[in-house]
Amino acid sequence: MTESILDVRGLTGRIAGQQVIEDVTFEVPATGVTALLGRNGVGKTSTVKSVLGLIERSGEVRLAGERIDGLPTHRIVQRGVGYVPEDREVFGGLTVAENLRLAERDAAPRRELVERLFPDLVERRAQRAGTLSGGQQQMVSLARALVNDNRLLLVDEPTKGLAPRIVDEVAAALATAAETVPILLVEQNLHVIRRLAERVVVLSGGTVVFTGTAHEFLDDEALVQRHLGVHDASEAA
Amino acid sequence: MSTVVLLVITGLGLGALYFLVASGLSLIYGLMGVLNFAHGAFLTISAFLGWEAGRRVSDGTWWGLAVSALVGMAVGALVAALTEYFLIRRLYERHIEQALVTVGLSLAAVALFEGIWGTDPIYTAKPEWLTETTEILGARIPNDRFLLIACALVVLGGIVLFLHRTRYGLIIRAGVENRQMVSALGIDVRRSFTLVFAIGGAAAGLGGVLASVYYGYVSAHLGSVLLIFAFIVTVIGGLGSLTGAAVASVLVAVLQQFANFYLGGTGDLVVVVALAVVLLIRPRGLMGKVA
Repeated sequence: MTESILDVRGLTGRIAGQQVIEDVTFEVPATGVTALLGRNGVGKTSTVKSVLGLIERSGEVRLAGERIDGLPTHRIVQRGVGYVPEDREVFGGLTVAENLRLAERDAAPRRELVERLFPDLVERRAQRAGTLSGGQQQMVSLARALVNDNRLLLVDEPTKGLAPRIVDEVAAALATAAETVPILLVEQNLHVIRRLAERVVVLSGGTVVFTGTAHEFLDDEALVQRHLGVHDASEAA
Repeated sequence: MSTVVLLVITGLGLGALYFLVASGLSLIYGLMGVLNFAHGAFLTISAFLGWEAGRRVSDGTWWGLAVSALVGMAVGALVAALTEYFLIRRLYERHIEQALVTVGLSLAAVALFEGIWGTDPIYTAKPEWLTETTEILGARIPNDRFLLIACALVVLGGIVLFLHRTRYGLIIRAGVENRQMVSALGIDVRRSFTLVFAIGGAAAGLGGVLASVYYGYVSAHLGSVLLIFAFIVTVIGGLGSLTGAAVASVLVAVLQQFANFYLGGTGDLVVVVALAVVLLIRPRGLMGKVA
């Protein structure tokens, strides 16, 4: 395994005092896409939020070897962690351009990359993000993360609720991004996982139950069925 | 006709005062979720210190009033920023403690002001033009109303420009929508909390000085009285909405004036009834976001 960019050890997360993940341990390599998988409610989003300090957590989190678990969210992000939240969370009252400007941290933001990946957003610069379609909002959310030169991207269910054509666009954008930055991807769509991920970390009951290559996991139908409760239809397709 | 004109313009003047207090309340609640019961204390201390500075420089002149306004705004901003930094910052997301601290601060402040300046109102001098009237459509309008309206419009314009033309303004607008996501973009949103408190405090400070012009006196209870109506305005306008606060300020004050004149001095009662109606029909207020 290559050197890791994110090293999570014994991570426990709580929401309103209730434990939602327990003793989660995994690594994200410094290249490629690592998928964080599991059935609904097993704690995938909570794991990502715990890494970012968005929920109360304990345990050890290292970014490129440096401890970040004691830092507030904004300092973790400033160290080069881009975040694409579940449900997009664009600022609906702000325009597309304002959403992107707000996200720009670097002295030389990568506007050209964003414009190349999401040309639709260029035309809609002055439009309020709240009036965009779900797919367009997801593009804004991804663009906010890609506009900076990050060391790691945390991407939470980017294709959730999107039309198949938009799913392909989002996957293509993530594939392009993954050429330059490692990604920890929470995703339910096995077709997208098969296309993008090299490694998988599988959660069940708030803890890690499998770590390995994407092929190892996805090619073992019994394993997929046991941990995700679904059949990998993309394999047959 | 002249009565209607008088009531409308007087209402606009009073609405301007409400707005100066409510704008800060609304921004503070919108960004931080803090119901700041100490906001009236910011207004009162600013009114007192503004008056003290103005009368020492040149009592009853435009120059003296300008000094009062500047000192009032500076004092309001400073006291508000210090309150946020030393008291509120430790209590974010702890709403009961916030309410207790800000209510306690407001009560302690009134006692302190009474100890320093006494319990009776202190009548203030103002420039001669402000004591005169101007005839509009047959109504003789006290000139101080025009000053209040002009100042509120300048403050509204200034805040709108700040919110839409500066990076901090962008952060505040985004923070009002989703504070956690602003942090997740790598922005220290708490730094803007202090700034919003300072802006709100400055507006309240100007409101304190102008309230002493409108009422003709300063007193330890000046802020407490205006705070009640500012809260009503903030709720009717929609918590967190600056535009809502501006619209509701005018509506509430004009309604209050008309009810006082035509319904036997029931202005305060009618305003409270209006608040109840808005809460029943549209709980998020006229322009507030959906919870």
